[in-house]
Amino acid sequence: MNRTIVRLTARGMLGGRRVWLLAALALLLVGIAVLARVLVPVSDADAAALLQGVSFATFLPLFGLIVGTGAIAPEIDDGSIVHLLSKPVSRHTIVQSKLAVAVGATVVFAVLPTMLAAVVLGAGPSTVLAFGAGALAAGAVYSVAFLLLSILTRHAVIIGLLYALMWESLVGSFVPGARNLSVQQWALSVTGSIAPPGLVTANVALGLACALIVGVLVAATWYAGSRLRVLTLAAEE
Amino acid sequence: MTQPEASPAGVIHNIGYRAYDGERLPRRGVALALYSHTLRGVFGLGRAARSKVVPFGMVAVMLVPAIVLSVVSVVMAGQGMIAEPVLPYTRYAMVTQAAVAIFVAVAAPQAVSLDLRFHTLPLYLSRPLERVDYVRAKLAALATAVFLLLAAPLLVMYLGALAAGFDAGTQTVELLQALAGAVLFAAVLSGIGLVIASLTARRGFGVAAIMTVLALSYAVVTSMQALVGFEAGDMTTAGWIGLFSPMTLVDGVQVWAFGVETSSPAGPPEGVAGAAFPVVTLGVVALTYLALSARYRKVRL
Repeated sequence: MNRTIVRLTARGMLGGRRVWLLAALALLLVGIAVLARVLVPVSDADAAALLQGVSFATFLPLFGLIVGTGAIAPEIDDGSIVHLLSKPVSRHTIVQSKLAVAVGATVVFAVLPTMLAAVVLGAGPSTVLAFGAGALAAGAVYSVAFLLLSILTRHAVIIGLLYALMWESLVGSFVPGARNLSVQQWALSVTGSIAPPGLVTANVALGLACALIVGVLVAATWYAGSRLRVLTLAAEE
Repeated sequence: MTQPEASPAGVIHNIGYRAYDGERLPRRGVALALYSHTLRGVFGLGRAARSKVVPFGMVAVMLVPAIVLSVVSVVMAGQGMIAEPVLPYTRYAMVTQAAVAIFVAVAAPQAVSLDLRFHTLPLYLSRPLERVDYVRAKLAALATAVFLLLAAPLLVMYLGALAAGFDAGTQTVELLQALAGAVLFAAVLSGIGLVIASLTARRGFGVAAIMTVLALSYAVVTSMQALVGFEAGDMTTAGWIGLFSPMTLVDGVQVWAFGVETSSPAGPPEGVAGAAFPVVTLGVVALTYLALSARYRKVRL
């Protein structure tokens, strides 16, 4: 970790009006929960379904996409990454520092709002904790995966979108085997293990999910660092 | 000795290029050229092969279910099991809404963000083109692209329905209804997409922002509709929630105007109250046009 890189990345990602846009997204999530609570009596099952449908299926992938690519893609895009790469700092350190900012932003603007939404919806402490843990797992994996993707290709946002919205929802609903490769299902498995039984159903066993989450986190962080060592700044298409 | 007057006045060094003395196209011609250039660019025509992957990938994603449905229609009608298509035409856009949203999210920044990033606007505006022409050409091009994306699978399904021997009159009416819906989808989605894309010069941010708005609003609205409509049994309130996402909004117009089946958990209120859906839809289209005009009136060149 390098504090200067953390500071500069945080400024690039959260500086100016961007922090307000991210805060507005977080507020939207909590606002939905408040609205649902006001409009109808919400049972625990309803709360879980709403959090799964909005937060896990849509909000977390999109948020991970924004912060994961936002941590490094703009610098690669406009070429200013060379100033960073020319400093005597390990490329792995650069990746870890940027990742720390992305995960930190995810915790503040996605994980905590998800937990807050669960509290607003009247869920019990174990359910709140379960959704917090699941959201943290999903947010961290999405961040690192999309950070790696933006080092690998300039079309990281588009490929990430195709994965998050086509693979996880469409392919997953037709091809059951695809669910094993769905970050959302891994996170749901973590949530389901903490939440009261029967509230959340996951298609992946807990052991496999945990192994995949940790494995992807470690492997993708390492691979992102080693890809950054051999980064070539391609010309505009 | 040659006379200095023989060479044109004001020329420092004449290297012999011929001036263009043909007809110069008026403002309209420039706008038309910009329109066709944008429309081609959205589909990646005239660009590198990898720029064609996503647009044509989405076209394929849109077409494959339509082809499958057509085959199903023909086979099942041959066995006398059905007398109308399995999926109504008007529901097709909603069923494939993820692909439509991705197409818009990729196409809108391609249409406007690159002009901002590479400062090509001064070059356009140094021609007879006015700023409103730029906005209109870009809007029209993107709307045309989205309409083509939506209309192609409908036509495939229509041909399949005719081949299956369904009642041609009914099928034609239903197709025209769905095409009218497709026009609204195209106008609303391209307007929203372009407004967001015109705020950033970075394509990646534009794609992510448009996708966030379209996908998140859809997820929020359908989840809330399911909760309010099915769990609490308040279908009227659930119907009104449909106003807050572009896809369910236009779907509501189709349901209200043509009396077709809704694709979201709850349809719009019936009767006069449901007229809010077309009114809001037209309002959104007008508002995005005004917002884009305002955006380009003050754009920094």
